[in-house]
Amino acid sequence: MTADAAPTTPDALRARTRELLAAHPPAGTGRTEFLRARFDAGLAWVHYPEGLGGLGAPRSLQAVVDAELEAAGAPDNDPRRIGIGLGMAAPTILAYGTEEQKRRFLRPLWVGEEVWCQLFSEPGAGSDLAALATRAVLDEAAGEWTVDGQKVWTSSAHNARWGILVARTDPALPKHQGITYFLCDMHDPGVEVRPLRQITGEAEFNEVFLTGVRIPDTHRLGAVGQGWAVARTTLMNERVSIGGMRIPREGGMIAPVAAAWRERPELRTHALHQRLLELWVEAEVARLTGERLRQQLVAGQPGPEGSGMKLAFARLNQEISGLEVELLGEEGLLYEDWTMRRPEIVDFTGRDAGYRYLRAKGNSIEGGTSEILLNIVAERVLGLPPEPRDDKDLAWKDLSR
Amino acid sequence: MTAPTAPAAPADLLYSEAEEELRAAVRSLLADRCDAKGILARAETGRPHDPALWHTLAVGIGAAGLLVPEKLGGQGAGHREAAVVLEELGRAVAPVPYLTSAVLATEILLACDTAEAAPLLAELASGRTVCAPAVPLTLAPGARLPAPVRDSGGGILTGTVTAVADAAAADVLLVLADTGLYAVRAGEAGVTPLVPLDLTRPLATVTLEAAPGTRLADPATARAAVAGALLSAAGLLASEQVGLAEWCLTETVGHVKGRYQFNRPVGSFQALKHRLARLWLDVASARAAARAAADALATGAPDAPLTVAVAQAYCSGVAVRAAEECVQLHGGIGMTWEHPAHLYLKRAKADSLALGTAGHHRGLVADFAELPAP
Repeated sequence: MTADAAPTTPDALRARTRELLAAHPPAGTGRTEFLRARFDAGLAWVHYPEGLGGLGAPRSLQAVVDAELEAAGAPDNDPRRIGIGLGMAAPTILAYGTEEQKRRFLRPLWVGEEVWCQLFSEPGAGSDLAALATRAVLDEAAGEWTVDGQKVWTSSAHNARWGILVARTDPALPKHQGITYFLCDMHDPGVEVRPLRQITGEAEFNEVFLTGVRIPDTHRLGAVGQGWAVARTTLMNERVSIGGMRIPREGGMIAPVAAAWRERPELRTHALHQRLLELWVEAEVARLTGERLRQQLVAGQPGPEGSGMKLAFARLNQEISGLEVELLGEEGLLYEDWTMRRPEIVDFTGRDAGYRYLRAKGNSIEGGTSEILLNIVAERVLGLPPEPRDDKDLAWKDLSR
Repeated sequence: MTAPTAPAAPADLLYSEAEEELRAAVRSLLADRCDAKGILARAETGRPHDPALWHTLAVGIGAAGLLVPEKLGGQGAGHREAAVVLEELGRAVAPVPYLTSAVLATEILLACDTAEAAPLLAELASGRTVCAPAVPLTLAPGARLPAPVRDSGGGILTGTVTAVADAAAADVLLVLADTGLYAVRAGEAGVTPLVPLDLTRPLATVTLEAAPGTRLADPATARAAVAGALLSAAGLLASEQVGLAEWCLTETVGHVKGRYQFNRPVGSFQALKHRLARLWLDVASARAAARAAADALATGAPDAPLTVAVAQAYCSGVAVRAAEECVQLHGGIGMTWEHPAHLYLKRAKADSLALGTAGHHRGLVADFAELPAP
């Protein structure tokens, strides 16, 4: 590599990518070895700083690198398997981590050698996340925190090496204060992961029980008591990643029901036809709305529509999958398989109609319930006043639970 | 059968700088010259159109000729620009014959492409002449064209057309007869005003009793021209509906922020916040659908008929819902004659019948998307 200034033009990035490919031909290089080299060349996420997998280049130029690598048949880091690490842990560590933390965690995270999970939600703290009750107490002599509590809805916890964790460190403060953010070693003996079987019969998620878990103070992210601000960074990045993907016309949930309509005339009724057409139109409009949002982002004028897209898709997925079960008649009475399974990757459309119907029920709950998202739109987009609340200034320990 | 795919290059769903400049000009004109009180006062005289406003919009801003190429006397712009004008006109429920004269009649004449049509087209584009197509406002793209007018020979026309929009303001009527398309001077036709649900878009019955017309096109050309123009007008009507819905949303949000009940702004109640947030999402979605339709018409995209049907199937309902929410969330004042909400509700509901109902357009979607009825 030359010692020139960081390449931030498409041509320079293309050249740098070819250098990487020449030095590590994909055919003769192991997957992990190639990915490490790619990270070290600053071609993992080009908008990250130099030395941390990037080159400080514009984020949009990642596409140039990805296209070159794909054309050369280079292995990718299977972002679906490590989505929580990439989408939530990494940007938070980048924003709040010490230099040492960034160097320790970002590379194995991106390469996929270390899977991450997110230890936020609790049985008593879902939409009201700041009500969380998991406690962390500092043992100053040892420079370690002791964590006790229970987390829930934890995707990937059974595969994860690390978890991003929020815990209460001062119960005498109001609930948004007194929270601290940690990087939790999932191999610690106090961490117990239990599958949480869902409405679909399978277990995508876990419950995580934390009993006397010892976390060194060097694995704290951000200042003591600053955890809510750090967690907001994580959550903002989470919502960016939901509902923003580009889909073709008649893509997504509407595809199988439209196909069934075309292929099986015996299932058609006039009442179902009207509902199908309404939903087909709504799905097409949602696709266009997503496309318009994407064009706004590319043009550097991000619109607030992103806040609404998840709402639209959640409602549509539920209505369309409900219609599909009904359309199928006798077949709609059946279910593919109730065997308890642990999917590595959740595919909303790749299973049968009954599964889609049941799984879609989660779309309006996960990643922020539709009701919370409506509040967000109302308050942040439309500027409507918040509802009066009395929990903001009370000490957490004095709140009713 | 296969799924109908979208074109490889996605439609441009944003607004260009030139489009935003056009919007600013139209909005500023309407802010100065088209307030709700004035609209209502005019409507109550039985002559809702504002000729002075039309003159400035059509001639001063040049909006009447947006769809007409420069060599035919127009501005040489296109559907995307006309859509922006319609958004603003919808936002103001402006009583001007834009949709009828500058869109529907203009598109018919453009498609005729005859020497006889060209001079009239240039007059329309200049804004000096207003032209109303003598078809019912409810006539939809994809529907069978009615044929109530007979030519007794040499362009002497007899027949009655109902629910013709903007006929009272028209200098010329475009008449589809059994022998082709004719231009009939308004003075030669009987125009009987009706009492319209929408006070801002007057309707009339047009009666022709041996009225002389100038022939502009043969029957086949005429019917194709009208069918194509109905498609354009339906696609652009979606933008009027978006503008209207946006006004209703903005006005309602403003109202609930300032209206106090139970010692709180009513806009702080979650029941209302959620309704308005949903409406906001509907309006944002309607905008994407309407932009897609305008862009498909502008670029002559092969899937334009589907995109227009989608926009109409969606935007009609959003505009009506926005206006209904506006009335409801304004409480008692929303039911009064002096608050402008009723003008918007009346326009929105009439628009939902104009150029095909949502149900009609869903039927078209069924055809285009190959989702046949049982």
